[in-house]
Amino acid sequence: MTTNLTIDELHQLYASGGAKPSEITAAVLARIEQSTERLNAFITINKDAALKQAEVADANIKDAITTQPLAGIPVAVKDNMCTTGLRTTCGSKILGNFLPPYTATAVAKLEAAGAILVGKTNLDEFAMGSSNENSAFGPVRNPINEDYVPGGSSGGSAVAVAADLSSVSLGSDTGGSIRQPASFCGVVGLKPTYGRVSRYGLVAFASSLDQIGPFGKNVRDVARTLSVIAGRDRYDATSANEPVPNFLNALTGDIQGLRVGVPPECFGEGLDAEVKTAVEAAIKKLEERGAEIVEVALPHSKYVVAVYYLIATAEASSNLARFDGVRYGYRSETAKTLAEMYQHTRDEAFGAEVKRRIMLGTFALSSGYYDAYYEKAQRVRTMLCNDFAEAFQKCDVIATPTAPTPAFKLGEKVNDPLAMYLDDIFTVTINLVGVPAISVPCGASSAGLPIGLQLIGNHFDEARLLNAAYAYEA
Amino acid sequence: MLDAILTCPSIQHPTSSILSMPISKEEVTKIATLSNLALTPEETESFSVQLAGIIAYIDQLSELDTANVKAWQQRSAGEAITSYAAREDRIEPSLGTDVALSNAPDPDLGHFGVPKVIT
Repeated sequence: MTTNLTIDELHQLYASGGAKPSEITAAVLARIEQSTERLNAFITINKDAALKQAEVADANIKDAITTQPLAGIPVAVKDNMCTTGLRTTCGSKILGNFLPPYTATAVAKLEAAGAILVGKTNLDEFAMGSSNENSAFGPVRNPINEDYVPGGSSGGSAVAVAADLSSVSLGSDTGGSIRQPASFCGVVGLKPTYGRVSRYGLVAFASSLDQIGPFGKNVRDVARTLSVIAGRDRYDATSANEPVPNFLNALTGDIQGLRVGVPPECFGEGLDAEVKTAVEAAIKKLEERGAEIVEVALPHSKYVVAVYYLIATAEASSNLARFDGVRYGYRSETAKTLAEMYQHTRDEAFGAEVKRRIMLGTFALSSGYYDAYYEKAQRVRTMLCNDFAEAFQKCDVIATPTAPTPAFKLGEKVNDPLAMYLDDIFTVTINLVGVPAISVPCGASSAGLPIGLQLIGNHFDEARLLNAAYAYEA
Repeated sequence: MLDAILTCPSIQHPTSSILSMPISKEEVTKIATLSNLALTPEETESFSVQLAGIIAYIDQLSELDTANVKAWQQRSAGEAITSYAAREDRIEPSLGTDVALSNAPDPDLGHFGVPKVIT
């Protein structure tokens, strides 16, 4: 039984009677189990519940595929989204045994659309990292070449799709955590507009930046999944009250006259030569398909990593204050007083990168430094927003590389946090500005490692963005 | 067109080759206390070097004149084209004590148990 199937292919198979959801689900689960030692993409496998749900789906699958967009489709979800009664760890010792009392809205919407949740995917602890090496449950490996990282922080979700362990998956993206692993693993990954998808039940990292989005084998699967999970949610006050079209209808492949902005700042020093060549070729392909290439300026590109690592860590230091050993999760047994319990619990159960970011964020917000760091970063963020507003006067989408290099080797940057942060130079801006962006595969390096093209859209313009990506892919 | 754009001089990407003095262990300890973290001596040592490198990198922001720029505020990004969800302020069923306590390390008579506060 094959598991290498897109949603369209699976639905055709279900329609023709060539396979049933229970058979596909069983095959996917077997594949996940076989891959665990090699790839470590999942923290928790939802085996019994998935098989049971799939058997129920078997009964009327031919009807279901006409009414439910994800009927019988195996999906995987990053383990920082709550699932009732199914362990949700955030890749951290501090939530190692956490059983959520409720389900994240995005996950509930997948299930209501007929999807079968096969498991919770591995991630950098609390979504903090660019290599998936920061998980308390061990690193994830890149299925293209296991000596290399899959990217992060949604590494497990990218690998799930790349290695045929699910048809589509959900990740979260605070500074590139969907797009960069999509680029490293050769799949499609979308960060929707800030507010497009409810974050109810997503464990918060940086609340002004976090957004849930889909991974898929192609743009169609990503568009379909976005249509399912998007929309206003009464449980998330930051979810936007914008109409949600069926994004599949936007995929015409016609990009005649589409203005594609190219910022020269993103093609300079520090960009891997093979990545540059591949992304330039991708932009030329868009031009051949009828797009008009225009120059746009993003003059503050040099400062984005500095701004991001001040704002993201400041918000993280506040959000992660809730992990104190009182109400859920790990509690230190060595403490005698309440104050000691807080400190020991956090020191024993947080990993090094999480502590580093909490410390940096606390520093940026502390008395005497607030104006020079946090306030300054928020002012530069306004300048970045202005840069993008101006750029979108001249173009409809912006094209850049997703990451400055292809995947790097496990261990290569572990001891140099700043080098790791600089890998996010093309992705973090998008979260600071709040616009949507997608990574689509655009070739491979001479070592065979995938390269990603990042296309950026204007606020709530996912339909046009997805169509541009679709036209490129076709 | 693409070739013309990309032959323009471009901004150099910053690199991580920054030499900087470590911030003092006393400062790291102070930040750790504010963060409710009890660091080991080894952690204090490595964080003082790493944080100094990161802060030195971040210090490049000081080149920018932001005197006349307003700090970014939540909602300003999408404000013009959307409104964000607010539900009616009405009392609704909540988790209840048993479920709320189900993950607690030390549930005690319907409360969260903690070590002694006053010693």
